[in-house]
Amino acid sequence: MQKGINNLIEKFGASDLVERRSGLSFITVDQTKAVAAITHLKDIDGYTVLSFITAADWIEDGKMQLTYMLNNPAEVAEIAIRVMLERKKEAGESMETIHHLWPNAKKWQQELKEMYGVDFPTSPGVNDSFILEGWDDMPPNRRDFDTKQYAEDTFFPRGGRVTHDPATYMREQLDPKDPQYYTKKKKKDINS
Amino acid sequence: MEEKKDKFLAPENEVRQVSAPDGSIIEVDPLKDYFSQEKPEPYKVGSGPVENFLNWARAESLWVLGFGTGCGSIEIPPLVTPRFDMYRFGVQMRATPRQSNVFIISGYLAIKTLKRAIRAYEQMPSPKYIVALGSCTINGGMYYDSYNTINRLDQYLPVDAYIAGCMPRPEALLAGFAELKKLIKAGKGHKANEYVENLEWYKTNQKKIIKDWNMPDYNW
Amino acid sequence: MDYSITKFLWSLLGLFIILNWGMLMSSTMRRVGARLAGRIGVPMYQPWIDLAKLMALKTWLSHGVMYYIGPVFRLVGGVGMFLFMPIIFGSEIWSNYSFSGDLILLLYFQSFGMLGMAMGASDSSSPHASIGISRGLAQFAAVEVPMTLAVIAIAIQHQTFSFNSIMEAQQGGVLNWTIFTNPLASIAGMLAMLGAMSHSPFNLVKAPNEIPIGPPTEYHSSFLSVLRTNSAIIHVVEAALFMNLFFGGADTWLMYIVKTFFVYFISVFVGMVFPRMKVEDSVRWFLKWPTAVGIIAVLVAAYWK
Repeated sequence: MQKGINNLIEKFGASDLVERRSGLSFITVDQTKAVAAITHLKDIDGYTVLSFITAADWIEDGKMQLTYMLNNPAEVAEIAIRVMLERKKEAGESMETIHHLWPNAKKWQQELKEMYGVDFPTSPGVNDSFILEGWDDMPPNRRDFDTKQYAEDTFFPRGGRVTHDPATYMREQLDPKDPQYYTKKKKKDINS
Repeated sequence: MEEKKDKFLAPENEVRQVSAPDGSIIEVDPLKDYFSQEKPEPYKVGSGPVENFLNWARAESLWVLGFGTGCGSIEIPPLVTPRFDMYRFGVQMRATPRQSNVFIISGYLAIKTLKRAIRAYEQMPSPKYIVALGSCTINGGMYYDSYNTINRLDQYLPVDAYIAGCMPRPEALLAGFAELKKLIKAGKGHKANEYVENLEWYKTNQKKIIKDWNMPDYNW
Repeated sequence: MDYSITKFLWSLLGLFIILNWGMLMSSTMRRVGARLAGRIGVPMYQPWIDLAKLMALKTWLSHGVMYYIGPVFRLVGGVGMFLFMPIIFGSEIWSNYSFSGDLILLLYFQSFGMLGMAMGASDSSSPHASIGISRGLAQFAAVEVPMTLAVIAIAIQHQTFSFNSIMEAQQGGVLNWTIFTNPLASIAGMLAMLGAMSHSPFNLVKAPNEIPIGPPTEYHSSFLSVLRTNSAIIHVVEAALFMNLFFGGADTWLMYIVKTFFVYFISVFVGMVFPRMKVEDSVRWFLKWPTAVGIIAVLVAAYWK
């Protein structure tokens, strides 16, 4: 088991450990203890590099997941701290900032605020625009944001766009007379 | 922009009061006072043999603005290498919009980039041409449902020639230049006038998606 | 017809020939460069098309009086250099307006163009133009030093500031050329020529895509066509200047064309071999080797005459 994981489980009540391979583990920490756990990992267990912070929108479960990827250069090990936030309907989940541990965290947090709507109060410049300029809609990476609908309403779609199912379309193109030929052949091969 | 407060107005563009050297207080509206408010006017298109000669000269001397707006700009460097060598056809790259008269919109155009593209286009001297490269400029291409890239370029800027493909090869670009030359020689290369004549419509479309405008209506 | 009018007309004809020769030479050299890179390069007539197109471009811009005067000043620098230097040695009609002190005037005219650009560029309100012109002036000041030293050495050697006398002293065989009679001054002068021609490795100040195009950032349409006309003239005239000083001048038009071509080709050749130098490096370089050689040349000329 990776260095620091025992501590996480014993001291911070971490759960749901997933070991992807040696040197890469995912573990879930409670929101209130997350920053303390990250500080512990950085100061004591040698995870001194913040690779990235990212988010995932679990709209069905009503959760917004944050992932802090920490790296231990000395032992070539990575640990991902997952934090499950309660998802709010109208953006604005709130999480404690970690820019006091890594100054570059403020840029990640600024991006998360813009793209996912997760707020990090007291993080410097978190409300400034990062990639989008003059955006006044829902944060675009939330899953209830319908990007196709938005594009159709905002831009000027040109008609005549056709979508094909790649599998059937390929078959029709390869053999227009007997579209199912390759499917049949494949089945026969499997049976024989 | 005039009456209601524009929430995307940059702080440096806000109306403010400054004190003049003599002590008097002056109100400054940066967008109105620091930039020209003139509206552009369509230029006169000549006729006769002189105009034919000039059209030929315009066609044989295409100076391209070196501004890659999307992934398609990777197709432009091969054009100056021995294999494709666009100098043969009188196509050259220029570094500033003031000296160029062809603008290649290379591939997808993010809203942010569109704003810069408009600025660069308006600074170019007429007659000027736009070559739209790749499917993204025609119907959005693979980014047709993206919230951040435009679908049809011709709604925002006048397009002279389209080059379809994703990505078009450099040969396709050369073919596009040949097509553009044909248009110019036939005297059809005056889309810049079209832009000026329909400025209202273009500006409405542009401002619909560029919400933090923060620049004068026409960038001289 | 009055003598002064015919003289003026002959000079005008010479200017026209030189303008076209300069444009032909520039496209030739671009083709040479392209061949070296394995390309075919621009058509021979490309500079003329570019000129016609630039004149036909519309402009509505105005940045003030100085902005208009800048290119004119630069053109005056090129035309002035042409007017006060004899084209063909020993020919009455092709002697232009040369007089006994024309070499000094020519040195002044050399810096004329750059100063004109500085005036125009500072008025064009583009910060890039100001940066570009300050770098250009810095490099030009460094180029002037070895060139002036070389000219002084030649002036001491021949005891004259007149082109005609310098050319006269070089007649009668290749070995009478300054390049053989005064090699040190020739070395300093030819090294300074590389800078004066502003070809690579000393063309950073006017290279495209460099901040972003040097002084003429804001210049377009007819302004740019004036600048390009001037650059065509000045390349030939600069080459003629060094031809007159070091290579014995020309006594026929054929000789003139051959010699200017080769003098210009030296700078192109060096440019093809060496990559661009940074402005601070090139300033340092000019103030080091060519200047040292120039100082030695002046001392040698002064004591061993």
